[in-house]
Amino acid sequence: MPQRHVVAAAGEIAAGGRKLVNVAGREIGIFNVAGDYYALANRCPHEGGSLCEGFVTGIARSDGPNDYRMERKGEFLRCPWHGWEFDIRTGQSWCDPQSVRIRQFAVKVEHGEDLVKGPYVAETFEVKLDGDYLVIEV
Amino acid sequence: MKLPGTGAIDCDVHIAMPPVKALLPFMSDYWQDQIVTRFIDRSSFAMTSYPPRSPLTGRADWREKSGASLPGSTPEHLRSQLLDPFGVDIAICHALHGGMALFNEDMGAEFCSAVNRWVAAEWLDREPRLRASILVHAQNPQLAVEEIERCAGDKRFVAVLLPVMGDSPLGRRIYWPIYEAAQKHGLSIAAHAGSTYRNPPTGVGWTSYQIEDYVSQSAAFQNLIVSFMAEGLFRKFPDITLVCLESGFTWMPTLLWRCAKTWRGVRAEVPWIDRNPAQIVRERVKLSLRPFDAPEDPAIIARIFEQIDCPEMLVFSTDYPHWQFDGEDALPDGLPSSLVGKILIDNPLAAFPRLREEKFDAPSLEKEAAP
Repeated sequence: MPQRHVVAAAGEIAAGGRKLVNVAGREIGIFNVAGDYYALANRCPHEGGSLCEGFVTGIARSDGPNDYRMERKGEFLRCPWHGWEFDIRTGQSWCDPQSVRIRQFAVKVEHGEDLVKGPYVAETFEVKLDGDYLVIEV
Repeated sequence: MKLPGTGAIDCDVHIAMPPVKALLPFMSDYWQDQIVTRFIDRSSFAMTSYPPRSPLTGRADWREKSGASLPGSTPEHLRSQLLDPFGVDIAICHALHGGMALFNEDMGAEFCSAVNRWVAAEWLDREPRLRASILVHAQNPQLAVEEIERCAGDKRFVAVLLPVMGDSPLGRRIYWPIYEAAQKHGLSIAAHAGSTYRNPPTGVGWTSYQIEDYVSQSAAFQNLIVSFMAEGLFRKFPDITLVCLESGFTWMPTLLWRCAKTWRGVRAEVPWIDRNPAQIVRERVKLSLRPFDAPEDPAIIARIFEQIDCPEMLVFSTDYPHWQFDGEDALPDGLPSSLVGKILIDNPLAAFPRLREEKFDAPSLEKEAAP
């Protein structure tokens, strides 16, 4: 039975920032991409590297030799072990998007007042009635 | 095993390079004078890769017993030893002449041009089944382009010939004018085993023996393919086909795997490679059948073809008169029978677009032979 886990206060992760949390024994990276939140398993599908500790960057594109464009800045994660690139928004790898992807978890922003009504787990901090919180289901 | 029938297209054939005096009539007055008065005509201009007496350089039964001439010295040799007995429809010859490696760019280009003129006059005019590559002095791309432009009108030239080991990796941009000219005229790039010997044939230095030089060619072909891919040449010149000659091919699976794996980690350095590079290699590179480096077990050979996963990659070659097989067994045992037709005819036609243009209106042998 999946449980709701409160992993951060909403203002805690700035745009472009991230927070690594441990939820029910899993390491999960929470990313704020231009105001949208994503939660990704901190385990590269390639060799198990700590993916969420890698560079957050864009994706280099080109129309041919000597043409370099950096697109979608801040939307990609590069694994610190072997450099494989992943789309933070989808979890898909750039090199092999259909077969190689990071496990994703849904992130919701919930109001403290609503949270206290239902079951939830908040391991590291107190949930206040008037705050907004990031909640993932694991 | 023997060829199943006639009509094969032999993509790698060598004609013996002539003594310099035979090239003089194809040179300008200035260079004739220089080459004679400076005694340059006393040099053989044979490439180090193919010592004349080495068993690899000429199959024993294709050599004259007297040793008076090199194997493949005359069109009669070619007809009686290769074209007729093997039923070869088209043979593409590659002139491995030392002129391509001279430090003097003008003299090198003059030698290359003379060789091409000599090939046309002494070989192509005398044997309608023969085609040739254009020898160029790649170190001066401008002169190389001039020679390509001079030869391009003659449709019997079907490729531009480069030694697999040039002065620098051949994908580098300094060489791009050559590829631009080749693409413009529908010429393929024929990279043949060999070197200008500006650099040692191995990455760690000079070797001592022929076995080292010859075996290291496989690595050179891998370097070349990766250079073409990484420099973005396949993307820049979408119609260029790279045909690797005297390359062997059983090393290809590991190259494909390693390219695919490494690209995943360093892709951002070469963003013009927009998909699995193994797929690009499969679409744009051809390898020649000889030398054939594999055990004789057909199961192992079939496995290698499965790993290459590209029935279009391999083109037929005898490497005449180099010693790659004995007797009439021009095809290695164990070659998957489903691929034989592609290897002998379809893939060579794809490798050299100019063969497709003229395949059906070329003068047939019968007509040509009639007085």
